[in-house]
Amino acid sequence: MRHAIDPGPMAVEDITPDVLLDKVTNLKYKEWRLMQICATKVGEDRYEVLYTFGHGYKMFSYRLTISDEDKINSITSIYDIAYLYENEMHDMFGIQVEMINIDFKGHLFRMGRETPFK
Amino acid sequence: MSKISVVPFGPQHPVLPEPIHLDLVIQDEKVLSAIPSIGFVHRGLESLVDKRDFKEMVLVAERICGICSFGHGMGYCEAVEKIMNITVPDRARFLRTMFQEMSRLHSHTMWLGLAADAFGYESLFMECWRIREKILDMLEMATGGRVIFSICDVGGLRKDVPDEMLAEFDRRFAALKSDYDHVTEIFLNDDAVKSRLCGVGVMTIQQANDLGCCGPFLRASGVRRDARMTNYEAYGELDFEPVTANEGDSYARCKVRIGEIYQSIDLIRQCIAKMPAGEVQAPVKGLPDGEYMMRIEQPRGEALYYVKANGTKNLTRFRVRTPTFANIPGLMEIMKGTEVADVATLILTIDPCISCTER
Repeated sequence: MRHAIDPGPMAVEDITPDVLLDKVTNLKYKEWRLMQICATKVGEDRYEVLYTFGHGYKMFSYRLTISDEDKINSITSIYDIAYLYENEMHDMFGIQVEMINIDFKGHLFRMGRETPFK
Repeated sequence: MSKISVVPFGPQHPVLPEPIHLDLVIQDEKVLSAIPSIGFVHRGLESLVDKRDFKEMVLVAERICGICSFGHGMGYCEAVEKIMNITVPDRARFLRTMFQEMSRLHSHTMWLGLAADAFGYESLFMECWRIREKILDMLEMATGGRVIFSICDVGGLRKDVPDEMLAEFDRRFAALKSDYDHVTEIFLNDDAVKSRLCGVGVMTIQQANDLGCCGPFLRASGVRRDARMTNYEAYGELDFEPVTANEGDSYARCKVRIGEIYQSIDLIRQCIAKMPAGEVQAPVKGLPDGEYMMRIEQPRGEALYYVKANGTKNLTRFRVRTPTFANIPGLMEIMKGTEVADVATLILTIDPCISCTER
């Protein structure tokens, strides 16, 4: 009784920060929904940021690799709800995201320690 | 026209089982908008990958939540198994599915009780939790735990459930339906309950999609999306369809959860009827190297488990996107235009689990 598509292997495309907004806008026009954004520390001062989108039962991710100093553009102008994930990344890892529509300035999570996952 | 005020709501409030803070922007008794704050009990469990190896992390994943604990362990195990190309034995897949549906059943029953308590309907609250105890008793019989089962493991399950016990469960679940008939009749038809739920906090199908909602919150707006349809574990071998409603209001959310209660009983009984014989644990050789994003349907909605490994015993990253976190923007939206008195009920209708959110 197979119901829908099997997800199969994880689909990821590595991109650079300068094309992020174009790529995400393109998905929005194709009616993909934002499923999550998360950061991963992959070395001293290096981070990966994974943007995951869904369409029906399909799932697809874009991955950015950035340094500690880099600033990335917010995608909240395309997906409003990204503000939670972007504030979370900022609060946990200290990743600098510019132009978030609701910027909690480090206070989405009310924690005793700043950027505990950095 | 009175002036606009900001009223803090939570993190301590009689109707909130767990701490979340909202700044409610109100005019007279109407809510204009709401701004969330979380993180009061953040535990940083994801960062324990530095200290615990990939097998011990199953136990950490289970402790993300005290209600949907089994699902968190299972979602994590599935992600690691995909990375390591481990084929889980059939019996373990069916048992995992059964435990996951039992978790959904007790979670939705607990929600019914909490909703009744929020209306001030205490006898109904007690009746719902009395039924829930019966499910917890069965979980205790099978696993030894009522909240944290610690039975899921990478490669399968730590222990089997005897066939005689499964037959006993089947009898008990058949009898449980009549208990549910009694309480769900009240939730669906009682005027006092309907007056608090019907037409309150309406979310359209477009909003539900745009705001990234998931779970019963999404399906109550008519979206037919349920991660169980992706055929993980034994779901591909079971007969079911997502439960949906079209009204999009608080009553529809209640109706969807009630529908899912009966669906879970049916799925559990299907699992027991089709339970294969054999082992419940596959051998795990080597160390994980790679990444995978697993999604499962938790009682509150779609949960994502991202695991990244580099060939050592400690993972590089374990990330959980919990359903409540995804439902927060939707919750903020449905509050707009409602009465302040409805705020507490509306928060409850998304069945928030702040413990998951603050993993």
